[in-house]
Amino acid sequence: MSDFQDPETIRRLIVNARTIAVVGLSGNELRPSHFVGYYLKRHGYEVIPVNPREERILGERSYPSLADVPVPIDVVNVFRDPAAVPEIAREAVAAEAGALWLQFGVISDEGTRIARDGDLDVVMDRCMKVEHARYLGQMHWLGFNTGAISGRR
Amino acid sequence: MTEEREFGFETRAVHAGQRPDPYTGASTTPIYQTAGFVFEDTESASAYFNLQEYGNIYSRIMNPTVAAFEERVANLENGVGGVAFASGLAAQAAVFFLLLEPGDRIAVAKALYGGSTAQLNHLARKLQIEVDWVDIDDPDGWRSAVTEETKALFAETIANPGGNVLDLEAAAAVAHEVGSPLIVDNTFATPYLCRPIDWGADIVVHSATKFIAGNGTTIAGVVVDSGRFDWSNGRFPAVADPSAAYHGLRFHETFGVYGLLMKLRAETLRDLGSSLAPFNAFLLLLGLETLTVRMDKHVASALAVAEWLREQPGVEAVRHPALPDSPYKPLVDKYLPLGAGSVFSFDLDSGREGGRRFIEALSLWSHIANVGDTKSLVIHPASTTHHQLSDDELHASGVAPGTVRLSVGLENVDDLLWDLEQALRAASSVTVIA
Repeated sequence: MSDFQDPETIRRLIVNARTIAVVGLSGNELRPSHFVGYYLKRHGYEVIPVNPREERILGERSYPSLADVPVPIDVVNVFRDPAAVPEIAREAVAAEAGALWLQFGVISDEGTRIARDGDLDVVMDRCMKVEHARYLGQMHWLGFNTGAISGRR
Repeated sequence: MTEEREFGFETRAVHAGQRPDPYTGASTTPIYQTAGFVFEDTESASAYFNLQEYGNIYSRIMNPTVAAFEERVANLENGVGGVAFASGLAAQAAVFFLLLEPGDRIAVAKALYGGSTAQLNHLARKLQIEVDWVDIDDPDGWRSAVTEETKALFAETIANPGGNVLDLEAAAAVAHEVGSPLIVDNTFATPYLCRPIDWGADIVVHSATKFIAGNGTTIAGVVVDSGRFDWSNGRFPAVADPSAAYHGLRFHETFGVYGLLMKLRAETLRDLGSSLAPFNAFLLLLGLETLTVRMDKHVASALAVAEWLREQPGVEAVRHPALPDSPYKPLVDKYLPLGAGSVFSFDLDSGREGGRRFIEALSLWSHIANVGDTKSLVIHPASTTHHQLSDDELHASGVAPGTVRLSVGLENVDDLLWDLEQALRAASSVTVIA
């Protein structure tokens, strides 16, 4: 598991990613995926909803699948049942996405293997909002342990 | 980018939670002495209020100086985060208030700080909960006390004033069998001597007034969460169910390992209002920077005083858990390898009157109802905190008429022994007359 929680990989993805396809992004603003999508959009990422049941989410056009997304995808961020992950990983490889990022509790050995064999960076069981807030955001304002130790300005 | 490194405890005690101020370069955490924070725009304001974004709103709920303290303690305790409170009792009251519903039970160590016992009895009446008192020295104590209704187990790492050491792993095992969290008051040990989360505890609370502040300057408390407990196990609707205060938000589902602390801050602290002042947080940050060096000295001096006391005439018993013949020595070796703190008690053979004489004869030790100060402190429960109790009632609460509690400070040890010796002489003169 810790193979897929490498701080260097996480930091690099957060700093460099521009387009994030959120698979399973909900239109319900109380769902965790909506919290994360809203946060990422607010912090300047191009958030691309992938949800066949919605037309628009967070003001953006929602696509039925990764194959339908018309722009290069830096990170595929997944909020789906673990059983759906291998197929999503195959689509991510086919779309030549840069990385597969599985949210808290989305754990799939087969999915991570497919993504890694397809040369994607892989993060698993981590929240993209939390990791952004840890490294670039203001998570420390609410007393959370970011693990950051530095004497530099 | 520098290589990822696991920094040592001493390094984290000095640095964690603090960032050199990006605007001014100030190397010490600024005291953000402000009630409120100006919003960037209406969208940001609404994102903060809806908990969609981490932002400062109002110092009753969060403050950057307080947050630096919260993060530092959480880091040292190996937790995912912390929420600070105006006192240790306020911190633990907030946890009980958040987790317990009318009809719930809580299993609590009988060997407990008197203020916590009084608080739990009070909350039991007001919240309609039941407290089951547990003899933690009995290996079956926890197991025989818990029921399906037990929603939390609560104990101190090192009990005040008896020095009973908690078998953390055993208590955590019972808690997790019934699907409830183990809450540990780690005040006497500090995260330097023991990290209960490493042994299975789910929540750690502190009176930061004591060794964390270090100089007896500040009343404060803090709650740290391990982030490991499954609040969605069906037993904690307060954390898992939709919150009416946030349009039906489910805190545990939405914030995952941070769910309990978000709830504790955004609802419990918001509504109870027992927040820590920024200046007090600043003093606590200074205290934590020297925690490791102070604790080493506290521990060494306390053990030296305890060993010396054992040899003195007029001293009936010394209850320091790290003494070789203490029943708690095996637990100290396991959970407190760097030492068992600096607060312990001993019994004079001259009873209540001897205790009074002993206190009156001391000239360097201060007679005071606090512990964990740089100064050495002493109190005689039978003439102060427990003075209304008869001798029989005293014994029932684990305190003898001649019991004296010491909090060994950072003075020269020979000076401390000199003062104790002349006070012991004064106390034993009573027995002769009696």
